[in-house]
Amino acid sequence: MSDAATMTLEEREATLGGVGTARKRKEDVRFIQGAGNYVDDVKLPGMVFGDFVRSPYAHARIKSINAEAALAVPGVKAVLTAADLKPLNLHYMPTLAGDVQAVLAEEKVLFQNQEVAFVIAEDRYIASDAAELVEVDYEELPPIVDAFKAMDEGAICLREDIQGKTEGAHGARKHDNHIFTWEIGDQEGADKALKDAEVTVKELVTYQRVHPSPLETCASIASMDKIKGELTLYGTFQAPHVVRTVASLLSGIPEHKIRVIAPDIGGGFGNKVGVYPGYVCSIVASIVLGVPVKWVEDRIENLSSTAFARDYHMTGELAATKDGKITGLKCHVLADHGAFDACADPTKWPAGFFNICTGSYDIPVAHVSVDGVYTNKAPGGVAYRCSFRVTEAAYMIERMMDVLAQKLEMDPAELRLKNFVQPAQFPYNSALGWEYDSGDYPTAMNQMMQAVDYAGLRREQAEQREKVARGESRTLMGIGVSFFTEIVGAGPSRNCDILGVAMFDSCEIRVHPTGSAIARLGTKSQGQAHETTYAQILATEIGIPSEDIGIEEGDTDTAPYGLGTYGSRSTPVAGAAAARVGRKIRAKAQKIAAHLLEVAEGDLEWEIDRFKVKGLPEKEATMKEIAWAAYNNLPEGMEPGLEAVDYYDPPNMTYPFGAYLCVADIDVDTGETSIRRFYALDDCGTRINPMVIEGQVHGGLTEAFGIAMGQEIAYDELGNVQGASLMDYFLPTAVETPVWETDFTVTPSPHHPIGAKGVGESPNVGGVPAFSNAVIDAFSHLGVKHMPMPHTAWRVWQQCHELGLTK
Amino acid sequence: MIPGDFEYYRPNSLDEAVKLLATHGDDARVLAGGHSLIPMMKLRLAAPEHLVDLRDIASLTGISEDGGNILIGAMTTQSEMIASKVLSESCPIIRETALLIADPQVRYCGTLGGNVANGDPGNDMPALMQCLGATYILQGPDGSREVAARSFYEAAYFTEMNDGEILTAVRFPKPTAGHGYAYKKLKRKVGDYATAAAAVILSMKDGNCVSVSIALTNVADTPLYAQAASDALVGTAIDAATVDQAVALAEGITEPASDGRGPAEYRTKMAGVMVRRAIQEARERAQ
Ligand SMILES: Cc1cc2nc3c(=O)[nH]c(=O)nc-3n(C[C@H](O)[C@H](O)[C@H](O)COP(=O)(O)OP(=O)(O)OC[C@H]3O[C@@H](n4cnc5c(N)ncnc54)[C@H](O)[C@@H]3O)c2cc1C
Repeated sequence: MSDAATMTLEEREATLGGVGTARKRKEDVRFIQGAGNYVDDVKLPGMVFGDFVRSPYAHARIKSINAEAALAVPGVKAVLTAADLKPLNLHYMPTLAGDVQAVLAEEKVLFQNQEVAFVIAEDRYIASDAAELVEVDYEELPPIVDAFKAMDEGAICLREDIQGKTEGAHGARKHDNHIFTWEIGDQEGADKALKDAEVTVKELVTYQRVHPSPLETCASIASMDKIKGELTLYGTFQAPHVVRTVASLLSGIPEHKIRVIAPDIGGGFGNKVGVYPGYVCSIVASIVLGVPVKWVEDRIENLSSTAFARDYHMTGELAATKDGKITGLKCHVLADHGAFDACADPTKWPAGFFNICTGSYDIPVAHVSVDGVYTNKAPGGVAYRCSFRVTEAAYMIERMMDVLAQKLEMDPAELRLKNFVQPAQFPYNSALGWEYDSGDYPTAMNQMMQAVDYAGLRREQAEQREKVARGESRTLMGIGVSFFTEIVGAGPSRNCDILGVAMFDSCEIRVHPTGSAIARLGTKSQGQAHETTYAQILATEIGIPSEDIGIEEGDTDTAPYGLGTYGSRSTPVAGAAAARVGRKIRAKAQKIAAHLLEVAEGDLEWEIDRFKVKGLPEKEATMKEIAWAAYNNLPEGMEPGLEAVDYYDPPNMTYPFGAYLCVADIDVDTGETSIRRFYALDDCGTRINPMVIEGQVHGGLTEAFGIAMGQEIAYDELGNVQGASLMDYFLPTAVETPVWETDFTVTPSPHHPIGAKGVGESPNVGGVPAFSNAVIDAFSHLGVKHMPMPHTAWRVWQQCHELGLTK
Repeated sequence: MIPGDFEYYRPNSLDEAVKLLATHGDDARVLAGGHSLIPMMKLRLAAPEHLVDLRDIASLTGISEDGGNILIGAMTTQSEMIASKVLSESCPIIRETALLIADPQVRYCGTLGGNVANGDPGNDMPALMQCLGATYILQGPDGSREVAARSFYEAAYFTEMNDGEILTAVRFPKPTAGHGYAYKKLKRKVGDYATAAAAVILSMKDGNCVSVSIALTNVADTPLYAQAASDALVGTAIDAATVDQAVALAEGITEPASDGRGPAEYRTKMAGVMVRRAIQEARERAQ
């Protein structure tokens, strides 16, 4: 008799470790012992190394490239330039946004640190030494650094390869440096709302260029077996299956002869979605040389050349009544995409899901237009820990709400409460075309306000302002409110695809005779604990303990096709496939149980990990027994084995939301901000693992803190990238990071099989406006409406200085 | 982030090290904790062909008191200075300053000698040594000589030290008992060099200030000894007006660069804020 037979219900639940359990992260056992396996840990026999020669200029014509001295260095195997790639038609590669991107610069370089040549050598040191010896003769050209000047009359054409092309991937181009205009909503209606409004506000809200900066930089190893004609590609890929498809399309190697393996990934945050020149060059080099070729970025290369995020200049306008009811919204975005449009958005969405920018509010009419432009900066525009352009949208609306509250002399929390989409309105159709699945905003907001004693904080702030006015204190207190609605889980095939592949996801499971199982999915964890949480979803569905369910992702030879992990899509899409695959297993298990217990299927009921005969509780078949029977004792005519696969095309996105509050104290003499308190209430629907959720929220808030208070990839007027190292690029350490208070409400998604929404990105989306609003709120009584991010000490000091607050 | 090629030596006597430097001339560099030099080599801003590691030369490590002076060997690490009982008792500002340098990993490796010999205006120890009136002891092929910290620094990465010389120790007079001190540093995060920092040591007698020294970090291309600001406080009760005057004098000698920490104007003002706060705290601590 197994232990399971004598266990109580609670003990069986605990053993199961299913949905709702704070199960410890399974992957941490190897990570905290330094036993992870990252791309740079992979060493193949005969492997050689590639390194790039990069452009020192932001904009220059390449007059000549001379690799003789580099080739003469002992140990150097080859030097690739655009001239070598051109005959293979690989000097440019398609981007996910319908543009092309130079793999190696041909006639011009368009951003500092652009890839110009690829040096391959026996070891990394030789490759670096030789890269220094490649002589490139440049003729400097004037750069365009300011996105607002990109479309000036007479502005120099950056992209000569598409000069004069009036149609781009997303419609008409009105200037050589224009990429697209994307519009949605009711322009006339929004204009009218603004014209007729009792109160209007307008503000340019810029979300600076930042970088996802995962701890592990991007890397790949290509290994071409010329005899078998097979390519194996290891890499830091958030979406390995898509990479295989792209690699096949680009190289002409049949897809079944390409194996893409994404081993452990040390953080992605959107940085590892796209395809980079390093990947392509390692493949070409391996094809040319017939040996494995490794490429690993260094930190400066990562920060300065692989995908940035944001760089959105958003002009928001709100129309409202005198008592604070919003009657319309308009927003124009100038989007700086850098030298190539390499945004990683679903094909039909050149500005991502920016049209979630009506936020959590019932705004009757809205219009958004986005102009994408080229500049002499690195390409990218990825979703850094957010769904596509959702952080930008949330930042714009949450800043504008504060700007409006200030104009109305109304409390920012009260203004939000007044305009919320109400629980009874769900499913709610927004003015910009989304169907919000579920939400209860007032409950979340009120819970937050009570938890922090919002009224008490405002009283304290008023007293503190008095003290400062009387010269008794030199500390300003700011309170930042943010209430965000995200849109995650891309996405339904009717409106979401990447390069034509619908954005479904998948799960395959095989239950072994002894009652353990292996499941594989089309997503790819970069730290999100998929091995832990997917197993919990499956455990609850199939009654096998999560400890006994192995989870694998990232190897295209074994895992089912999926679109990968970004945009908080793993739980909403692959998590749904996991639940559904589990239900398929359970349906077959029920038939087997009926056979074992000699009753009809309908006479059985499910209990945690077994089927019981209704009314005869001692007659039961555990999943362990059923798994064994699946391999030796089946009903007449039933196929042996216990396996299933599910491809899930979600009917809708999911819409997580949350109420955040930040209290900041500002030292007027130094401009330093200290975050005294940060409270985050998240509603991500059904909670699979509360501990993992808390960890995700902590991580996301820390990134949001970094962005709001210090991160920026800045350029000087010559297009030199400033401070692309971790000395200047602000990654908060444990010392700077505030203490996080987390809380939750649960409003399940009505269309997701287990009611779960995504959570990994919510804290970044909601966090940034909370920090920024807190800093600006500290100055709001002095008439300050907006201050540019990041709120570094010197920028805040500048504000203090302008107001005459400094000594 | 991959350094060029170099030869590595690890002599176990000072003589041998000096000889190695003499043999390889310009192409040789001394390696101490490596936490300034190796990052520069990785960026290929420095490309020495011969690295002479000093870590096996026992005579270069240690902290001792000798009459009224304190002597610290060049290879003494920041973490050893933090742990030193002698320093905590006689000259606690060293511990206070060292704790503001980077993080424990850096401090386990970084040495006092490397920090002061490096010539990087961002380093914190040079201004502190100027504040303490320290003397650097240098050993070259022709023997040993001494240079005052206050006249050692010429420009960023340019010092009075000649090629072929090794800094063996730093010596300074023990601050008087009951002195007040403070090192105030504004930085963006752990591991950052100062936006501005100030070291202040002062002594009070009967409510009057009898001696002061003030020095500034990272607000010019060398550390700055703020002589005029120091003089302004001597003989006063350090009242608000005098502090204002000292702050203005200190701000007046700064010539900071604009960088990611902020524009020059801001950094000058922050030097003033750090001086003001350091004076206040030193005054409170003085007995
Ligand atoms: C992330 C990080 C943050 C840091 N932050 C700070 C900070 O905030 N404040 C700060 O002060 N420092 C900081 N440092 C620098 C650190 O303190 C260094 O360790 C120190 O500046 C140099 O000491 P070192 O022993 O490592 O010298 P090395 O790096 O070995 O040498 C530095 C230079 O001095 C020369 N040199 C070394 N010893 C001698 C000697 N005895 N005689 C002659 N020449 C010598 C070397 O040839 C080299 O040119 C930081 C370093 C890092 C990596």
